[in-house]
Amino acid sequence: MLEIKNLHASVEGREILRGVDLTVRAGEVHAIMGPNGSGKSTLAQVLGGHPAYTVAEGSVLFEGKDLLAMKPEDRAREGVFVAFQYPVAIRGITNAYFLRSAVNAIRKHRGEEELGPVEFMDRLEDKLQVIGWDSSYLSRPVNDGFSGGEKKRNEILQMAVLEPKLAILDETDSGLDIDALKTVAHTVDKLRRPDNATVLVTHYYRILTHIAPDFVHVLSDGRIVKSGGKDLALELEEKGYDWIREGAAVA
Amino acid sequence: MTPLGKAPDVSDVPDVINRYVADFRAFAANGAGGAPSWLKEIREGAIARFAQLGFPTTKQEAWRFTSVAPIAETRFVRAPGSEVPVSESQVAPLLLRRAAGPRAVFVDGRHAPALSSRVGLPRAVEAGSLAAALQAGGGSELARAHLARHAAWRESPFAALNTAFLLDGAFVHIPAGIALEQPLELLFISTGQSLGPTVTHPRSLVVVDRGAEAAVIEHYVSLARGVYWTNAVAEVVVDDEARVEYYRVQGESRDAYHVATTHSRQGRDSYLGLHVVTLGAALARHDVHTVLDGTGAELILNGLYLLGGAQHADHHTLIEHARPHCASHEFFNGVLDERAHGVFTGRIIVRPGAQRTDSKQTNNNLLLSTEARADSQPQLEIYADDVKCTHGSTVGPLDQTALYYLRSRGLSAETAQSLLTYGFAAEILGRMRRAEVRERLDQVVRDRLESGAAARAA
Repeated sequence: MLEIKNLHASVEGREILRGVDLTVRAGEVHAIMGPNGSGKSTLAQVLGGHPAYTVAEGSVLFEGKDLLAMKPEDRAREGVFVAFQYPVAIRGITNAYFLRSAVNAIRKHRGEEELGPVEFMDRLEDKLQVIGWDSSYLSRPVNDGFSGGEKKRNEILQMAVLEPKLAILDETDSGLDIDALKTVAHTVDKLRRPDNATVLVTHYYRILTHIAPDFVHVLSDGRIVKSGGKDLALELEEKGYDWIREGAAVA
Repeated sequence: MTPLGKAPDVSDVPDVINRYVADFRAFAANGAGGAPSWLKEIREGAIARFAQLGFPTTKQEAWRFTSVAPIAETRFVRAPGSEVPVSESQVAPLLLRRAAGPRAVFVDGRHAPALSSRVGLPRAVEAGSLAAALQAGGGSELARAHLARHAAWRESPFAALNTAFLLDGAFVHIPAGIALEQPLELLFISTGQSLGPTVTHPRSLVVVDRGAEAAVIEHYVSLARGVYWTNAVAEVVVDDEARVEYYRVQGESRDAYHVATTHSRQGRDSYLGLHVVTLGAALARHDVHTVLDGTGAELILNGLYLLGGAQHADHHTLIEHARPHCASHEFFNGVLDERAHGVFTGRIIVRPGAQRTDSKQTNNNLLLSTEARADSQPQLEIYADDVKCTHGSTVGPLDQTALYYLRSRGLSAETAQSLLTYGFAAEILGRMRRAEVRERLDQVVRDRLESGAAARAA
């Protein structure tokens, strides 16, 4: 589904990613861990198409198509979703209107009929239940006045509604209390299907006790320096990141 | 200094002022609508005050960003008033309210009874001509108690000029305990159909008595393009426990000049939602002065200006907390395209003793073009110690991260841009409590933004 090869990317002239290789297949859950400043969020933003990041080298194929050549909106329409670490508040636009606009943009791209407000609300009902929200959140402006936890839940609601093939969650777990974390993890887990994939970018082991990843990768200084199964996450939790860095320096 | 109540000798003042003073003499000599003597005295005082103040210059702090030279230098004549025939079919598309509702229509400043309607209004409610109210016995007592008692014409040359030439406009009285079901629209039409530039001085007095409820729309439009000047003043009196939604919509011709003062005074435990939407005129200046003059009064001052071309609009607001336990929340958003210039000054005065004041002010400006400009200045004067006052303002283009966020959800760059821009306006519209007004203004705003976007794309 996703094939990243030798990806180099920079922001404001600073090179952050220095040759990332990663392959994600349908049905898999990957966790990307690493210390602060290792390039985890940069990887997520580059995959989303953030205009502030420039790619100097390497390739990213999504279902065989050149992802890097696509505009952010085309990536979303093709089925890539990036949950933001810092979701943006959109004043004056209700959550319901925003979600419906997004769903319809994607449906239109797929050649499906656009949904009217009533039809859309019907479909939204059970998605709301999953994240434990009532419909009052839909009439509020997008993320405007939302707490940190509410913003993260809203990202997960968007994901649930847009049903992406590939979801990249950029530190969705950070800043969440234990209940919110469980809700987020539970929702991600519930949305797992053989034909979609999830990449969890995280600093902490915590969320991985709720979502068992198939693969764990350690990103350090812009490269994946170690990959393994979910046991690797546990090892990181016990030993920290320093031993990996030292190992990488030796290697 | 010229004593109040006596117009100066015309040789004492510059030419521009002379013209207005001479015209006032002609106006007064013609009977000026057979006004009562108390009003004649006020008019005399007002023209004297105008002659003293003259037109403001950009050297004055309150006029730093707005030059009224185009107004001072144009030879306006008083619009003949109601001589231009306007038909009902011409009025219909100009109304903000599309459904049949109560309305008072004014053509070039004069009340047009044939175009107005009292449909649905209780008998005790007054909603018509100020000129008529000034001549009638009962109405004039109320008018006398309030007219020119609130608007600070001694401080403003434009309010003084309006007061000097005060002849007609809207007179609205909602007696105690009455709740108006439908919004009342006051529609001021400028015909612009004259040989030269004309000026009108429409005056409105809206009095909502104790415990009464009403929604009023004060709406300015034009029939044709052409240079004309509207110099309006409105006084809005909201008595104890009354609840008023007041919508002021300025949709003048893009060649017009619009100068206005809105003055409100609120009593104890009253609510006033004062919504200001500025869309039209080449040059617009709106002074809003609100006084929270009763304990527990609540004010929402909620404004939106959408400007394009070379439009210039200056909103100068003053919220005066005169009593304790009052709340005022002020929000003004501006969307500025092409070479438009928006100015916002938000002054808040908390008087001594106005403890437990809760006051919040924000002004956000969105610049859609590199040539658009916005100036924003908050001015807080707090003379009480137990108060909560906050203010904030922003000026800038669309947020790139927000654009990316919307695009990352599948919206095109164009849709993302128009959604963010619309959101800026929608935030203001969302505070309007009367759905029928809000929805109509929402459509007006959408049309306006779409035509702006189309012009940009072309």
